[in-house]
Formats: sequence, structure tokens, C-alpha cells
Amino acid sequence: MTEPARIPELVCPAGTPAGLRTAVDAGAHSVYCGFRDETNARNFPGLNFDRAEMEEGVAYAHEHGAKVLIALNTFMRAGGTEVWKSAVDDAVSAGADALILADIALVAYAREKYPDQRLHLSVQAAAATPEAIAFYRDRFGIARIVLPRVLTVEEIARLTALAAPCETEVFVFGGLCVMAEGRCMLSSYATGKSPNMNGVCSPPSHVAYRQQEDGALTAALGDFTVERFEPGEPAGYPTLCKGRYAVDGVVSHLFEDPVSLNAAELLGRLAEIGVAAFKIEGRQRGRAYIATVVQSFRRAVDTIAKGGPIDVAALRALSEGQRETTGAYRKAWR
Amino acid sequence: MRGNLPSAVARAASVLPLLPLELVSRRLIANAMAARPSFVKRLAEHAGRTFAIDPTDCPFAFLITPGGDHAHLSVVRELAKAKFDARIAAPMIVLLGMIDGTYDGDALFFSRDLSIEGDTEAVLALRNAIENAELSPSLVLGMPKSIGAPFNRVARFALAHLRRALDAPEESGPGAKVYSS
Repeated sequence: MTEPARIPELVCPAGTPAGLRTAVDAGAHSVYCGFRDETNARNFPGLNFDRAEMEEGVAYAHEHGAKVLIALNTFMRAGGTEVWKSAVDDAVSAGADALILADIALVAYAREKYPDQRLHLSVQAAAATPEAIAFYRDRFGIARIVLPRVLTVEEIARLTALAAPCETEVFVFGGLCVMAEGRCMLSSYATGKSPNMNGVCSPPSHVAYRQQEDGALTAALGDFTVERFEPGEPAGYPTLCKGRYAVDGVVSHLFEDPVSLNAAELLGRLAEIGVAAFKIEGRQRGRAYIATVVQSFRRAVDTIAKGGPIDVAALRALSEGQRETTGAYRKAWR
Repeated sequence: MRGNLPSAVARAASVLPLLPLELVSRRLIANAMAARPSFVKRLAEHAGRTFAIDPTDCPFAFLITPGGDHAHLSVVRELAKAKFDARIAAPMIVLLGMIDGTYDGDALFFSRDLSIEGDTEAVLALRNAIENAELSPSLVLGMPKSIGAPFNRVARFALAHLRRALDAPEESGPGAKVYSS
């Protein structure tokens, strides 16, 4: 195994202040989180931080040697751009180590007003070509780009080389979105709300679970019943992309199998090709998940730093019995 | 469901009056809300909803309506005639594990160890508010901080043994660190 050029940064989710402290205590190098409004793509009830909580969270992380990356990764609403601009101001004021942005106009605002602030480009910006990355890097000084989950490892290697000195960050664990993020309209189609504009994919206000008399559980999003789980079958959250549909008499997961991403076996290779940061998905998950997953991946990252083999079996056990995949990272088709 | 109490326990509990349980439960929830005043704020517009907390292995259920600086709580024998906005159902030991951060709610739901019905948005808000509250046994019992940490270690040890004895889902929480306060 070739010695990696640098230790990948472990970027961990925090949906609440308690989640942030748990992630930091579990060994996160950095934590990403957002304000409790439509400016971030996880605008779910009971989640996120008010301004005072964010300042306290940043202080806690810094006291323990961790960074805080504040996600402001939805797209500004015409007539309401002040909401996003003031969120940038407040994030900088709170002491964010980086802002994770998607809207190009918000990137421009942040760069112009805060020339020294470190900026990351969210996966929501869907920048996956050398040209797009170079534009954001050269025009706005973007320091890191979060790559979409639709690229192969070799594509990531080429993009990482071309993006330098802009760093790349990739998802390694958690929910798997294979859509062109920032451009997916499925949630809007079913509910009128989207992760892009409202910060919610499949908003819970439109989700209904119904227990059937035969023991099955159905899950609906808006007017669409998208899944039926038989007794004992693992359940899931109803998103249109992972629903099960009958087409020409054949029932199947038409768009995407309901699997979770687990790139454990690829961590060494991703580090070798120069990926700067490994991202764990799951701001909506609880402290139990955060503690377990962050501790395990931190051990793996430390092992990679020492040049040793990581315990892939231990990381694969984190998928909680759910089906898992290495996603597009290993895809052979095009 | 995994983690059910023995049926003999349920049968014994079915003949006991509900009032003592209701009074004790009110005291515990009052302790928790006094210690975590931001709990209701995090619920936002979902404060005021009535949640049916249904320990499926027990002959009773809780109806809880958080709001303001307190919560209204009642204990009922059955939910069939009760009015509520959302129901969260699982064996008692699993529900306790969600409160203290031992379990991840999503994982329990995915594995069908926990079920929900009704207002999904309110359930999510409640789950997230509980997550952020970092409730420990000593805090809910209203014990002084000076003896909280050792008490919580003992309580966690005992609950872990009980979970194993009841074949409850495997623990995945952040360990004793959860009970630091």
C-alpha cells in the first residue's frame, strides 16, 4: 500500500447540539451542521441550531480541536435572499471554519463580503466536471468541493488531480442519493417541497405510515403510496426514488434499490488518490448512530494514516442489517 | 417484537391501579422538562400535539401533551378510545433506550422494532427534541448532580443486562459518555 500524502479529514454529521458534542467526543475531525431554517438541506422538524446554539457548538468543537462546517446549501428564493445572506453573516460571526454553499450567488456574496472565509462547495451544487470545479476554484477561491455520489473512484482520482489546489470531499457512509443533487425534482413533484429550495427531501409533513390488517406496513409520500413492507421486512423512509412500483405487471425498485452507501473497503484507495475528506451522511440520525459510526471510521482513518490495513468487516457491520453498496464508486457500467 | 417483558409481568401489572404510575410518570417528566427548558422550544409548532407512547408489552399506554414549561400526562389502559396525534409503539425497554440515547430511532424503525403512526412530522420533532435533551436516569429522577454520574453508571449497567436478558435489540449508543451530566 502506498503511503497516503495526507490524513483524510473525517467530516461528521450533527443535527442537534447534543449530536455535535457526541460527534466531537467520538473523534470527528470536523462536524457539519446547519441553522434551523430553510438555508440548509436538512430542514427537518426538531433538527438544527439556533444562532446561540451554533456559537456554543463552535466553541465546544474548537475547545476539543475539531472544526465546524456550516451548511447553507439550499438555493436562494427570489424575494427572500436576505434570509440566506444573513445566515452567511451569522455563520461567519459564529466562527465557522468553513461555509458549505450551493447557490452561486450566495457563494459570490460570501466571497465578496468575507474574503478570508474558507468556502466549500456543497454536493447540492452538482459540480462534477473539471470545468465547473475550476470555475468555482478560480473565480471564488472555493477551497474544497463535495463530490456527488455518482462518480467512480477513478473519475474521482482524475477530478481530484485536476481540482488541486481545491480539495475534494466524498461521502463514504450513510444514505445514498444517486440523483443529480440540487437538480432532483421528485420531492417537489410529490409534495411541492424539495431539498433544493426548502431543505427537505420527502418532507415528513407529507409522509404517512399505515399499519395494514395483514401486518404489512405501507408508506406514502403525499398522494403516492410508494412502498409496502411485509411483516419482518426492514422498513424505510418513503422517497420516490427508492419506492417500489408495478410496471407492466412487474413490481420492482424502478429507480434505485433502497441501499445504504458504505465505502469502507475503498477508504485506502480514496486516501491514496488524494481525497482530502471523508464525509459521513446522517444529520437526521441520533447520537447512538453518530457515536458508533464516527468512532469506527475514526479508527479506520487513523489506521490508514499509519499505513495499516483497516478492519473492513467492522465497518460493514455498521449498516444495521440494511443492504449496503459501494454505490457508483465501483460501477462498471456507464 | 424483541425486548418484550415476560407475559407474567404484564399480567401482574394489569391488576395494579394506574394512578400511582401516572403520578410517578408526571413527576419524572416534570423533572426532565425542568432540567431541559429548551425541549419545548425544539418541538416548535409540534408542542401541544398529543403523543401516545405505547409500550406494547405492558397493559397501559401514556398520553403526553408537551407545552409551555410542562407536559400533561395521563395513563390509560387502552388507546382505542383515546385521542392523539401520533403513536409511538415498542416494548418498554426499547422505549427507555430511545429516551436515554442507547438506541437510534431510525435504526429501530428500519428493523421494525419500533412502529409509528399518525403525524410523522410531530414524531420526528419529538424524537429530535428527546435526542438533544440528553436525558439520563439521574436527571429524570431529579437526583443531585453530585451523585448523578455514579448512579448513571450503575443504571446503565443494570439496563444493559436487562436488555440482554430480554433479547432486546443490540445497543449502539455512545456509552457511558451519554450520562456525563
